[in-house]
Amino acid sequence: MSTQDLAPALAAEEAADPFVLGGETFRSRLLLGTGGVPSLEALEAAVRASGTQLVTVALRRVEASAGTGGAAGSMVQVLDRAGVRLLPNTAGCMTAREAVRTARLAREAFGTDWVKLEVIGDERTLLPDAVELLDAAEQLVAEGFTVLAYTTDDPVLGRRLADAGCAAVMPLGSPIGSGLGIRNPHNVALLREAVDVPVVLDAGIGTASDAALAMELGCDAVLLASAVTRARDPERMALAMRQAVEGGRLARLAGRIPRRWHAEASTPFEGLPAL
Amino acid sequence: MQLTVNGEPAELADDATVAELVAQRAPGHDRVAVARNGDVVPRSSWARTPLAPGDAVEVLAPTAGG
Repeated sequence: MSTQDLAPALAAEEAADPFVLGGETFRSRLLLGTGGVPSLEALEAAVRASGTQLVTVALRRVEASAGTGGAAGSMVQVLDRAGVRLLPNTAGCMTAREAVRTARLAREAFGTDWVKLEVIGDERTLLPDAVELLDAAEQLVAEGFTVLAYTTDDPVLGRRLADAGCAAVMPLGSPIGSGLGIRNPHNVALLREAVDVPVVLDAGIGTASDAALAMELGCDAVLLASAVTRARDPERMALAMRQAVEGGRLARLAGRIPRRWHAEASTPFEGLPAL
Repeated sequence: MQLTVNGEPAELADDATVAELVAQRAPGHDRVAVARNGDVVPRSSWARTPLAPGDAVEVLAPTAGG
């Protein structure tokens, strides 16, 4: 089945089970990051195949030689044309001070008070710095931002971020770009139980089954970038992620069967002939 | 005057404003943000915000990111 054939069926499922985030309603439960895209053509194809409505972008110094808008200007044009909403991040910030300032600049550049808050504590693992993160979240909420906080899978920290007024808590499955999947599914499930705001599994997704697992664990959405942008075929992987998120969500709503130690016959023994 | 733009020394006219700097550094970009000595300069104030010698200015634009 081609991308075009499948899209309407998935769109119908998405419309029947909307995702409410920061007071806004989305059909798609897949958020896409743009980091690592091989080309603008690949980005556009992946965005469309994914069905995403919310795409993360970053702010960086303009290059002196970038000329008229450069590739970055075109990236925004591609995303505008796709009709997606832009979600600026604070990637690369290592202190609350840097993150708050970056969020203010992003609000000015993008005209949105939504921000994916990232405060990194370690350059090798890119793991969040819990202390700086909570500090930044409190400041940004006080300034009226809609804060989507990238965090560890610690349920207690997740609760503290939700209590601070974050619009969503976004635990990692494993380090950014690692593709290691969800290393501690139990923590993700506990975090889901611990907060009333949406939980978005963010970072570590490697392939479609990781995204499905996130949804089966009760996450409300999945945010991924590298798994799509660095795949051999980003468009096809984007569609795979869309189906995985959709399938995982449906499975969560449908209610999985309990795990058993031994078999539970699905064919009755009554009426078994003596042969 | 001498100031710092995106971490590099820069020479600008003595009466240069933020708007003129943006026009020079980020032509064609429609989502630009400027920080002057760490503080955001709102787009609406660019034209009437003069730069001063020694200022550290950041001119930022969208890029791909997770």
